[in-house]
Amino acid sequence: MTDAPESTAPVALVCEGLRYAFGETKAVDDLALSVRAGEVFGLLGPNGAGKTTAIRCITTLLPVPTGMVRVFGHDAAKERMAVRRLLGYVPQQLSADAGLTGRENVELFARVFDVTRRERADRVARVLAAVDLTSAADRLAKTYSGGMVRRLELAQALVSAPRLLMLDEPTIGLDPIARTSVWEHINAVRAATGMTVLVTTHYMDEADQYCDRVALMHRGRIHALGTPGELRSELAGRRRAEGEADPKPTLEDVFRDVAGSGLDEQGGDFRDVRSTRRTASRVG
Amino acid sequence: MSEAPVAPRPGSADAAGLVPDGRPDPLLTPPRARAGWRVLPARVIAMCVVELQKLRHDRTELYTRAVQPALWLLIFGETFTRLKAIPTGGTPYIDYLAPGIIAQSAMFIAIFYGIQIIWERDAGILTKLLVTPTPRAALITGKAFASGVKALIQAVVVIVIAALLGVALTWNPLRLLGVAVAVILGSAFFSCLSMTIAGIVLTRDRLMGIGQAITMPLFFGSNALYPVALMPGWLQAVSTANPLSYQVDALRGLLLGTPHHLALDYGVLVLAAAAGITAASSLLGRLAR
Repeated sequence: MTDAPESTAPVALVCEGLRYAFGETKAVDDLALSVRAGEVFGLLGPNGAGKTTAIRCITTLLPVPTGMVRVFGHDAAKERMAVRRLLGYVPQQLSADAGLTGRENVELFARVFDVTRRERADRVARVLAAVDLTSAADRLAKTYSGGMVRRLELAQALVSAPRLLMLDEPTIGLDPIARTSVWEHINAVRAATGMTVLVTTHYMDEADQYCDRVALMHRGRIHALGTPGELRSELAGRRRAEGEADPKPTLEDVFRDVAGSGLDEQGGDFRDVRSTRRTASRVG
Repeated sequence: MSEAPVAPRPGSADAAGLVPDGRPDPLLTPPRARAGWRVLPARVIAMCVVELQKLRHDRTELYTRAVQPALWLLIFGETFTRLKAIPTGGTPYIDYLAPGIIAQSAMFIAIFYGIQIIWERDAGILTKLLVTPTPRAALITGKAFASGVKALIQAVVVIVIAALLGVALTWNPLRLLGVAVAVILGSAFFSCLSMTIAGIVLTRDRLMGIGQAITMPLFFGSNALYPVALMPGWLQAVSTANPLSYQVDALRGLLLGTPHHLALDYGVLVLAAAAGITAASSLLGRLAR
């Protein structure tokens, strides 16, 4: 685990008092969050915890009805275009266009981010090389494996040199080897660019291994925040005080402790579960 | 939960091929933003290029879509030419029909364009495009013109079929340019109508049903098959409010040299396309939720 960036690092993302409701359901309820520039920040929680809604508010897909969201100082409610230029976004679904080649998929995003024609081919080729897709670049995306599609989506998000990379469940449904490969590429890009990464996941083991800091989200609120090590050792300390001999809690135990129930007992509505399963079946 | 993947971290920059070789690393330098009016044409081109790339990879749609207009011209056109049942002012009926079929086949493509938007929503493609510096109106305009490109290719196919069937069409390049503009504008309107309905009903099945329900009234309630003067009063009113009639009037005037009202036709088509883009853009947010 690398050291988390110092607290003096500039702030990449701030959310304060963010609320979002779908009718009676409070999806995000008074969310406060601060992501430091250059860190890999994990937003963790089960289906239906409000992670995706929070991400959608930050990415300007949803309005910010109450509260404040700032990306590198730009207000997500008022300066949408400025915020979008700073973001690279990979949604939960497999969002590459199957009817286009890998290269064409990335070219589209180069075009909509105003990469000039002179620069386009070189930039697209380099970003495809960065995710190890050079040899497959001219094949249709529908021939790609799940892991390759995820890497292609990473290339699409990176072609505009974003400062904040937002990944919504990037490894959902992937086998362990593909998950490793996706994370290796995320880390390599981070190491090379110093980019800030905000990732949502419900794989606690991944978060433990790859995130500098994590926030545990449950029912629209953040219940714990810190490095995975801090959260685990804090719970271990309490368990020791309660008389347990050698407590070695996992991040999932920490979640169970703060949320009052385990991940597997959480619901998520029909749409969440269907979307998750659809993605899982497409990558599988 | 599956096993945590084991990986070294942090990954090395060399392994990812990110080391700059003297040139500025594109992963570190954001592109310079286009400003003002330049954004719209850039986005329209981006969407049209994607449409053409898809057509290049899979031409099945192009071939299958040629069948229906060919049958209309071959069976309906040939039969009614012999029947001489429809007064066309001296023009052979198949000639009279050809511009109508160009407009109809372009409309049939555009009216189901909303299905593609819903599919892109479900696949996450739309979501991702909405997080790019592309205003919603620019995205919809891009999609509308991309649908126009598809319709234009269809129009070329129908014109070739019509020419093969002996329809005496103009080959004047200026008039053909006018035809292209009318086809694109009409298609932009109908695709926006479709995307507007998509923004209201939100599912493919419902859009499919509504699309099928409105296609025939739009087609028969226009001058594509017969002159407006033959229609009962109420159908004439439908035809007056139907942009397809203006598109057909322009196409017929340009391709056959029949009496036309080009200024009115293009005026209505431009207004209809602008209204369609406005309506579809304002409902796009519902699809993104």
